[in-house]
Amino acid sequence: MPATLRAVLRGLESALSSPPEEELRVRFAMRYVAPTSIEEAVSVLDGAVAAQVYAGATDFIPQLRMGRPEPGVAVDLKRIDRLTDLRREGNTWVIGAATPSARLAEEDDLVAELPGLVEAAGLIGSDQIQSRASLGGNLCNASPAADSVPAMVVNDGRAVIAGPGGMRTIPVASVVTGPGTTSLASGEFLVELVFDRPPPQTADAYLRFIPRTEMDIAVVGAGARLTLDEAGRCQEVSVALGAVAPTVVMVPAAEDILVGHTLTDDALKRVAAEASAVCNPIDDKRGTKAYRRQVAGVLAVRALKLAADRAARTGS
Amino acid sequence: MSRTHVTCTINGDPAEFLCEEDQTLLDTLRDVVGLMGVKEGCATGDCGACSVILNGRLNCSCLVFAPEAEGATIETVEGMAGPDGLHPLQETFLEGAALQCGICTPGFLVAGKALLDRNPDPTEEEVRYAVAGNLCRCTGYDKIVRSILDAADRMGEAAPAS
Repeated sequence: MPATLRAVLRGLESALSSPPEEELRVRFAMRYVAPTSIEEAVSVLDGAVAAQVYAGATDFIPQLRMGRPEPGVAVDLKRIDRLTDLRREGNTWVIGAATPSARLAEEDDLVAELPGLVEAAGLIGSDQIQSRASLGGNLCNASPAADSVPAMVVNDGRAVIAGPGGMRTIPVASVVTGPGTTSLASGEFLVELVFDRPPPQTADAYLRFIPRTEMDIAVVGAGARLTLDEAGRCQEVSVALGAVAPTVVMVPAAEDILVGHTLTDDALKRVAAEASAVCNPIDDKRGTKAYRRQVAGVLAVRALKLAADRAARTGS
Repeated sequence: MSRTHVTCTINGDPAEFLCEEDQTLLDTLRDVVGLMGVKEGCATGDCGACSVILNGRLNCSCLVFAPEAEGATIETVEGMAGPDGLHPLQETFLEGAALQCGICTPGFLVAGKALLDRNPDPTEEEVRYAVAGNLCRCTGYDKIVRSILDAADRMGEAAPAS
């Protein structure tokens, strides 16, 4: 049989075997609800069988386009004032779960105090996306490559969660349980994220590796935060890596190696090796396992150096 | 299925429309309001062809559910030209041949306007970042970037800094 005829037959065969478009399926259109208070949102979620809360919808709508079934109700959280707030409260920064990333970069004091967190949030998508994307959405979408999560974790961020049982606060690090899954129970949603204002000589940094300049998903992301003493020795160190495991991984050895010491080349070389060792990456089109491990070590060191430069500049 | 009634401001004029609750702002602006300058490219927030300025911020209208527009202020490419003629961005895009097929052009114009609204004198790098969310498959971007810079110059000359 000629090759062209075979190709035509194969085409016919697949056309006949694939089911027709689901025109007969009854379609219940998704409802849209925009509660204006936390209490109202809790009660909406309590009564709904298949509700999905959302903030900027920058992941939600593309997921619907990719074939995810529409929920019965889409619950827009942006009309709740507390969820789109950004304020300094005592010794903390409180950022609404749905506050757009663009807002973070416009808050000069936040940029000065938590530059790594702001740069991590600012790396997410284009200006268009920045108008909608939020820390809360980035966290709850639970992508292993979420840029803001390592930066939130190194800053000991806390997640305030509302639900039928009232409010509870947990570490940001325990929100994501795996790719696309969180520890939030049915009916619960994220209200805000809380970060302590950094003490003197303390700073954070976040670096992401992508093979282009903009508009890509992290091959590896590294967040670092440290506190220096007068002599430039590390007093506290925190390093977290993204896109190299199902969830963000910490590099606890960085603390063991660096506390009490300055950032010498030798110490940083050991930190890089430890960072590479804690990774549990996958092979995909963005990079191989070996490549991700290597880059994780390099980025962790660069993020630490950047955080140290910033910490030294903040003065005591 | 009952529709949702939305009241908002579009290009400075009060507007009302009816939409499905799961309809995007993009689909509503095109199919209900009739603003065909808002283009659909990817419909997933990657290409920027559907860019509008929503409550003062640049947005992909494909990533906004239409009912969210209740009370909002929306600016589209249709609102850029004034009574005295085209917006400087539209002029420099024409003069600089910053378009070929034209489908990405409204999105680039709106993104360019959003940039110049907040940063009247951007560097080339700032322009390139500002339109990173807009895809053009014809021009190679250079003419677009230069046209936005030219428009900034022209607007700066027309309204010298006080």
